[in-house]
This record gives sequence, structure tokens and C-alpha cells, in this order.
Amino acid sequence: MAKADVSIIDYGVGNLLSVQRGLEHFGASVELISEPKSVEEANRVVLPGVGAFGNAMKTLKRLRLIEPIQELAERGTPVLGVCLGMQLLLDKSEEHGLHDGIGLLTGSVKAISNLGSNNESLRVPHIGWSPLYKPDSCSWAGTILEDLEEGSAVYFVHSFAATDVPSGNRIADTRYGGNEICAVIGHENVTGCQFHPEKSGEIGLKILHRFMLQ
Amino acid sequence: MGNLRIIARLDIKGPNLIKGIHLEGLRVIGPPSEYALRYYKQGADELIYMDCVASLYGRNHLADIVRTATKDIFVPITVGGGIRSVEDALDLLRAGADKVAVNTAATSNPELLSELAERFGSQCLVLSIEAKQVGVDKWEAYIENGRERTGLDVIEWVERGVELGAGEILLTSVDREGTRQGFDYNLIRLVSDAISVPVIASGGMGRPEDIVPAVCQGHADAVAIADLLHYKRATIGEVREVAKREGFTVRTYG
Repeated sequence: MAKADVSIIDYGVGNLLSVQRGLEHFGASVELISEPKSVEEANRVVLPGVGAFGNAMKTLKRLRLIEPIQELAERGTPVLGVCLGMQLLLDKSEEHGLHDGIGLLTGSVKAISNLGSNNESLRVPHIGWSPLYKPDSCSWAGTILEDLEEGSAVYFVHSFAATDVPSGNRIADTRYGGNEICAVIGHENVTGCQFHPEKSGEIGLKILHRFMLQ
Repeated sequence: MGNLRIIARLDIKGPNLIKGIHLEGLRVIGPPSEYALRYYKQGADELIYMDCVASLYGRNHLADIVRTATKDIFVPITVGGGIRSVEDALDLLRAGADKVAVNTAATSNPELLSELAERFGSQCLVLSIEAKQVGVDKWEAYIENGRERTGLDVIEWVERGVELGAGEILLTSVDREGTRQGFDYNLIRLVSDAISVPVIASGGMGRPEDIVPAVCQGHADAVAIADLLHYKRATIGEVREVAKREGFTVRTYG
């Protein structure tokens, strides 16, 4: 097994340092990995990501990381996808054409609406702090949101979001212009957040900490 | 409408946090890390670091400052000043920046915007505008801290920038910057209504109540605050209270 508590998959996108610092905040040891073998040996994996879905999948494929990620998840290793990383865990995406995802979570990625629930125009991307709500009467016990109160605000920046997610996999929603958006989805050991916990202040740190305890 | 974002803006020269008036006459305020941490703890929704001499001298101290900040600051960080290439942007993102703000290099090479947007996504790319009023409802885009003209009309340039891939606009009124006279909401509204991406209003905030016209008349999505915070004339929390009182939706904090 790898020595590090958490392995962040580094496939050349965005700001990985903040994710690393957020995990290290509670004393976790963190490594950046981009080799199939390192994925196989990981104790916990974070799949980060910003940018376009198609490009990200292409890069993961080129690095031969998709199968190792699928196998690792099947073995029960905790996996956390963040932002685009969450979207990549789904079956498919409609961002600039149709693309297959890693397929660990049921659902597909579609553009968020630029019309609010009262038909007012909305700015897209959705950028900013929005509160987390429990869909229906779901409980956050045993999830990465366990330590949070409903209504806690976290930082989003996205133009696409998860849709067609089975209700049992919807852990938290947020609302943008009155429209419901999947904020956290998950099934067993695989979880994804549409927002950035590493950029969501002390609330976000609590989420990362809980992931470390899974 | 999304939630109004309250952003602390830190202008940097060399290793120091500085502040000027009309972006000039720069005065040293103190070590940026100390101020950044204070604003994070006050509940700043984001931080913006702008290196105000980077593009003049072609160097950038910001990567180190940002790398230090990521140790104890967990909100989005935008970094601007002297970014000329995809490599420059990558260095800053690797150092812990979430977005890069581009001004000078984009005015001479607009294609840089599409290159950056393609590589990192539009959500990562802020077009920084230094606007000086040149007529009735007419503003020109300036570079080099409001010292040099570009001949570009602000509205036309912003529209073009968004087409090329900018995901957000940092709109600084050079006329109001550092004056404490309040935001130029006519400028903010003209820009804000011309485009569909969020606009951060910057320049002129003299008291917490100044956010009201910026949002109500100007349609700003975010406000960037410097002077008011640096000289401890108000806190982020006091600004948030005014926003709540006015019925604006803001981040639930604390």
C-alpha cells in the first residue's frame, strides 16, 4: 500500500495545491499521483478537476488511469471527485459533444439553465457561495457532510451539473435562481462534490476532514 | 441572481501590500499575508491579488505570496499582473491561484484570452479592465495601472473579451479608485448589462453602504474592496450586514 493517507490524481489541471493544503490541514499525508500503479496502491483518492470534460477524459485515458480508478472504487477504497472531478465519475456528459465518463456513479452531466424558476435570466457560470440542502428527508450521517448544519454555504464555480442522478444517491442540493442543482452525490465509497471544499473556508475543511475519516 | 460576493483586493508591489489613489501614488500598507489572513477570518468570499508593477518590469513576485497564502486561506484566489502566456498562468495556478486576471497582455494579444480559456476553462479566466471616463457614458480601457491608453472602448473590449473566453470581468474605475467617493455605478451597469458573465466592481468604495448602488443600479455580481479594509475603516462583516439589511443574498457565514 501507498504510504500517503490520500492520493490526489494529478492529470495536469488547475490548482491542486489548495486541495493538498486542505487535506494536510488535519495532519493527513498527501501525495500527487499520475501513474496507474500509484492509483492501484492508494488508500484514498481525490479526483480534482477544472476545465472541459472531454479534454479531462482524454488525458485520463492517455495516462491509463480510468481502469485503475474503476477497480480501486470497486474494491471499496474511498474516492472523492471535486467539481469536474465529480462530473467525471458519472456515466456521460453533454459538454461540447457527447463523452463517456468513468461511470462509477449513475447520472449524466448537462449544462445548467440560464433561466431561473421565474424565467429571469441567470448568469452562467454559476459562481459563488450557495447553501447546501438535504434533498427530501435524507440524512447526512455517515456522509462527508456529517459535521455540517443544513444551510452551510460552499463555493461553486461551474456551467454544467449532474442530472438523472438516482434519488438515493443525492446527498445534497443547492439552488441557483430557484433551480435545484446536485451539490453532493454519492454511493457507498464513491462521493462527488460539485463545489470546491478546498475553497469553502472552514465548512469545506470539515468536509475534507470527514472524507479523511471514511 | 446569485449571491453577492464580497471580495478583498490586495494590490501588491514587490513583497508589500500597497494602496494608491487612481492606482498611483502607491503607499506601503504592510505584509500581504497578515492582511489576507485577517480578511479570510472576517469572512471574505474571495481574495484578489494584483501585482501592480509586474507588467511594467516583466516580473512577478506573486507566486510566492500565493503559495504562502494557501497554507491557511481556503477561499478562491484570483491573481493578476504580468501574465503574458499560458506558462505564466500555469505557474500561478500551480502556486494555488484559482483564477488568473489578464489586462495588458490581452489588449496587445487578444488571442491570449482564447488560449487561456481553452487550456484552463473560462471559469479560470478574469479579464481585468482599468476604465477611465472619456465622455458621456464612454470609457476607455487603460493599462499599466491607469497610466497608458489602449484606444479600446471599454464596452466593446469587454464584449470581445467575453467572446474570446473570459469568464468574469474585474472592472476597476481608475477615476474612482482610492478616492472613497463610491462606485461608478453607470460604468458598472453599462458593462454588466452588455455581457452575461459576472462583473466584479472595483474602485471607490468609501463606506459599507456604497455597495447598495453598485448592486441595485450597477447590477454588480461582486464588489472588490481595498482601501476600506486596509485602513480598517470597516470589516467584511460590516459590509455583509449592510448587504443583508438591503435584502441582497450573501453567503451565510459564521
